[in-house]
Amino acid sequence: MMEGNIVLEASDLKRHYEIKRGAFRQPAILKALDGATFKLEKGRTLAVVGESGCGKSTLARLVTMIEAPTAGELKIQDVDIIKADNATKRALHSKVQIIFQDPYGSLNPRQKIGMCLEEPLLVNTSLGKKERRSKAKNMLDLVGLRPEHYERYPHMFSGGQRQRIAVARALMLNPEILVLDEPVSALDVSIQAQILNLLTYLQDEFNLAYLFISHDLSVVKHTADDVMVMYLGRPIEFGSRDNIFSRPHHPYTRALLSATPVADPFRTKERIVLHGELPSPIAPPSGCTFHPRCPYMTEECTKKAPAIQILDECEVACYHPKTY
Amino acid sequence: MSLLEIKNLSVAFQTAGGMFTAVDRVSLSINPGEIVSIVGESGSGKSVAMLALMGLLPWTATVTADVLKFDGKDLTTISNKNLRKIIGNEMAMIFQEPMTSLNPCFTVGFQLSEALKIHYGMGRSERKKRAIELLDQVGIPEPQKRLSAFPHQLSGGMNQRVMIAIAISCNPRLLIADEPTTALDVTIQAQILDLLLSLQREKQMSLVLITHDMGVVAETAEKVVVQYAGQQVEQQQVKGLFSNPHHPYTSALLDSLPERSTSKTLPSILGVVPGQFDKPSGCLFSPRCKYATDLCLSTPPLPADENLGRALCHYPLEKGVPQNYPEKMEVA
Repeated sequence: MMEGNIVLEASDLKRHYEIKRGAFRQPAILKALDGATFKLEKGRTLAVVGESGCGKSTLARLVTMIEAPTAGELKIQDVDIIKADNATKRALHSKVQIIFQDPYGSLNPRQKIGMCLEEPLLVNTSLGKKERRSKAKNMLDLVGLRPEHYERYPHMFSGGQRQRIAVARALMLNPEILVLDEPVSALDVSIQAQILNLLTYLQDEFNLAYLFISHDLSVVKHTADDVMVMYLGRPIEFGSRDNIFSRPHHPYTRALLSATPVADPFRTKERIVLHGELPSPIAPPSGCTFHPRCPYMTEECTKKAPAIQILDECEVACYHPKTY
Repeated sequence: MSLLEIKNLSVAFQTAGGMFTAVDRVSLSINPGEIVSIVGESGSGKSVAMLALMGLLPWTATVTADVLKFDGKDLTTISNKNLRKIIGNEMAMIFQEPMTSLNPCFTVGFQLSEALKIHYGMGRSERKKRAIELLDQVGIPEPQKRLSAFPHQLSGGMNQRVMIAIAISCNPRLLIADEPTTALDVTIQAQILDLLLSLQREKQMSLVLITHDMGVVAETAEKVVVQYAGQQVEQQQVKGLFSNPHHPYTSALLDSLPERSTSKTLPSILGVVPGQFDKPSGCLFSPRCKYATDLCLSTPPLPADENLGRALCHYPLEKGVPQNYPEKMEVA
């Protein structure tokens, strides 16, 4: 890794929520994110994979500074945002942008597309009306929309087009990091391919760093450079895309890969079926949180959470990883 | 004899902007014990066709069909009373959103025994016994306890299992599963699909699986029907569909899957599915098709032969090559 290219660095990042349980009981602690460490470089894509409740979206909220972490360190362009003052934070806000999953819910139905794109400029820059307008129109062109769309309202667009608008809005302030929270999971397959192509093109064009959050492993396999697999708030495996997909070490990663349907009826594959469901994050299992569902569970697993070890360039948190 | 036979089923909705044809002349026949998958993007009419069969459409819908037969009984002329004896009993359906398709005001046990009471006239204790048996069958731990649980106390995967238990409570001969796993996580999806397949084998049911996920199709179905904008564009056995798609849409759809692509840029299908007001006059796929000619733009195609998957195309593909394609014609 080239040191100068790192735009985002998180170490042992945590976010806990207090849940009130009535007047006479102690509030419970929900560990939505419990110790994530990773680095993100310019022009690269880090995919975060996991099932619902594993803390992917909490991670997105922390990175975009919508919420402050409970503990840990988060550095954006070498600035520690926990210690930073408000003015620095404000400046950094424009460097990290987010695209949400649901393009139907993330656009204001009463706002014209042009206004929606110009709003970030209005708030953050001192550009005049004409300049804002021309910038917005350029951006529309860049994401594959036509200039006449400037005057239209969100309901006049299809899902794919709305996602293009969301991408355009995120790019208005020339960010360096784009957090993509399930950007294509609400779209149809044929439209999904269009949006993925657009994202690839924009990444090459602007050298953007993507934090790509998804539960769809086939999309991740296509877009990611590095993959982080999470389970119940903790990263359990981290490695390059090729390593994770061809040589998964953690039992959960392997189960996740085998459970993902593959569009090839000629393929026979080993099927690891996980029994049971995701445990409640309020009362997570002791030791390794995956142990109640793990086929390789031993007594050791129930006692102490496994430390991260490095196996064939992958970081794995497991006592019984598969070796190749 | 096939269990279900549909010929030229059309469904049109009365909307503010005139009649909208959601399903356009769909034909399908399902043999006992067969797994048929209906794939298509949103708006392709895959759910509506099956809802029409179940009689679950609102009054704004007009359903017409040349043949609509279930087990030899004509569903177009049958009285409502007799229809109710078939629906929920011999023919059952599971829906996409397990959280919203169960009634939040009643316990799981109550909703489960409703069908048993109506169709079998079982007594209270008998129903309870059967309900426990059913919950056990769909893999819910501690079924005795779960009977008094409300849907909000169970997870999405558990609710879907309850839905399946309700659907199979009367031993249906045809089970329609409308995107049964779309709202669930992958590991839970694998569990539910395995459950559906094992129940299908055990009870020798016919299973109709409506989905948009080509991966699910490849792993579960035997026969596949591809729909586009309300029309049936292709019908084939699953292996043939993936190795030798006959309709350009199927072929393009398979190419645009990220897992099948080899390059960084995905071969995507340009444009969007036509809506109510911009339906092309010729082939519905022509504005997005890379093989489209003047003929495609002007004349709607007829289904091709059985060995070409009844592809609704003027130039059905054979091993990726369009048949009878005019040689000197410029590609539009």
